[in-house]
Amino acid sequence: MICYIIFTICAVLCVYPFYYVFINTISANDLSARGKILFWPQGIHFHNYVSALRVDGLALAAEVSVARTVIGTVLTVSVAAFLGYMFTQENMWHRKLWYRMIVATMYFNAGIIPWYLTMRNLHLTNNFWGYILPAVVSPFYIILTKTFVESIPKALPEAAQLDGASVLQIFTRIMLPVMQPILATVAIFSAVGQWNAFQDTLLLMTDTKLYSLQFILYQYLNQASSLSSMANNSSSSSLANAVATTQTATSIRMTITIIVVIPIMLVYPIFQRYFVKGIMIGAVKG
Amino acid sequence: MGILKDRKKWDSFKMFLYILPFLAMVLIFSYYPLYGWVYAFFDYRPPKSLAKCAFVGFKWFRSLVSNPVKVQQIVQVLENTFAMSGLTLGTSWLPMLFAVFLNEIRSVKFRKFVQTVTTLPNFISWVLVYSIAFCLFNSTGMMNSFLMNIGWIKEPVLFLQSTNHVWFTQWLWLTWKNLGWAAIMYIAAISGIDEEMYEAARVDGASRFQIINFITLPSLLPTYFVLLMLNIANFLSNGMEQYYVFQNAFNKDYIQVLDLYVYNLAMGSGSYSVSVALSMLKSVISVILLFFANGMSKLIRGESIL
Repeated sequence: MICYIIFTICAVLCVYPFYYVFINTISANDLSARGKILFWPQGIHFHNYVSALRVDGLALAAEVSVARTVIGTVLTVSVAAFLGYMFTQENMWHRKLWYRMIVATMYFNAGIIPWYLTMRNLHLTNNFWGYILPAVVSPFYIILTKTFVESIPKALPEAAQLDGASVLQIFTRIMLPVMQPILATVAIFSAVGQWNAFQDTLLLMTDTKLYSLQFILYQYLNQASSLSSMANNSSSSSLANAVATTQTATSIRMTITIIVVIPIMLVYPIFQRYFVKGIMIGAVKG
Repeated sequence: MGILKDRKKWDSFKMFLYILPFLAMVLIFSYYPLYGWVYAFFDYRPPKSLAKCAFVGFKWFRSLVSNPVKVQQIVQVLENTFAMSGLTLGTSWLPMLFAVFLNEIRSVKFRKFVQTVTTLPNFISWVLVYSIAFCLFNSTGMMNSFLMNIGWIKEPVLFLQSTNHVWFTQWLWLTWKNLGWAAIMYIAAISGIDEEMYEAARVDGASRFQIINFITLPSLLPTYFVLLMLNIANFLSNGMEQYYVFQNAFNKDYIQVLDLYVYNLAMGSGSYSVSVALSMLKSVISVILLFFANGMSKLIRGESIL
């Protein structure tokens, strides 16, 4: 019984924050501003979403985020599939050395500033490919795909080999279709990672055209927070104006928050089927 | 015969050529940045190229321990890092407990629901976590409205600007985000425990508590141990994203962990060289910690975690 109560509290703690933000975006803004919207929406309207789309830079940022998610995921998954398969080819020249060279990168880190300086030397700052290229070869995903390929019965590729198929032909015609479940896992991990990435925009991009949704959201949060602290410090006569702007900022901020969360919520049910499998394979990596 | 052998050699080398472009990318994006450590030995000032900057040897490393202002900052930063990592390390058994008790729930539907819902926060970014924190805890947010409605407070409390309990609140956010996800590992491990063991224990009249104590927990300990060792290896690496988005002028002193300090030094105050020197030390110590943790694992369990 106590278990049920504790876990219900856990569940509420995890769901309510999302719910709270959501009902406030569709409720009357003046009620929301006075903190009246706590449990259910009142005065439902969708103007916040309409006006959020007109916010400067949001549409472009959405394009950037979608583009990096799609392109980044496609490339990362393809490379993980190919390398995962290639690293099971026992007669590859110095296979173990190359595999270790890639896996080792999981365990050390030059630090963000040397990384930033490298990216600058490569002209990948203020460049869309700065989002994509560093993530293309990901050791963790390669471990996942390699472990998966190793679990596939050897008879399958061997039969094809006897029929005269080359290594690449075996990969594209036979292995790729069989690898589909693990590739779905990798795709979803990678897509969520690209969608959520924030630090690379912060470090690499100063060109506003390349800002991602996450970064734009962060900027709005900060503008609003400086506004609200201004309002709290100044005397009450000049307060009215500042509070009014703070409130519109708040409704816009909440709306953008929901817009950025929605794609995650949409893939989440599909995601769930795959990630347990994913981390279990990761746990027995070899 | 010789031709066949050459053919085989060529095939083996050809496969290497297929993966060569990707090896090159790893070299560029993961190994080449190590070369950036040379910046720690120069007096690097951004618009100038490194070649035009003065070589200063170990000056910046010495300044980390001799410059009084810097020393004071670093002590505070280390205190924050140790406190936050310490809290995480000290509560690293929490996901295991979560999984064990979740497993005690009979209703499969409720169990699946809790698992789904508590995993969700792991998949949103720290910016979104902060955004949600802001919506809930700003002066007109849910928390203040609620507390004022029930009359506990008269003035809104600025939770996010508070300098009290920064370590603890950051730990709470981290736990909120990670707990459900971290528990999945243990839930999967529990489902792998042989059902016959439970049957046998029940036949022998073991209570639920005894079953947890003598079957479930011991079966989870190896998983816990591996994760604990990885935690130790990452002791200095809290990552900067969480602390970066939550930092503000008020809580800065208590929220700056090593990773964030390294960033702020370079990007905030332009001290690239000192920052690189510090992150270089951090990287080296982290690798040592990793080998230590791995050694411990080999010693105690006879298995490597790498």
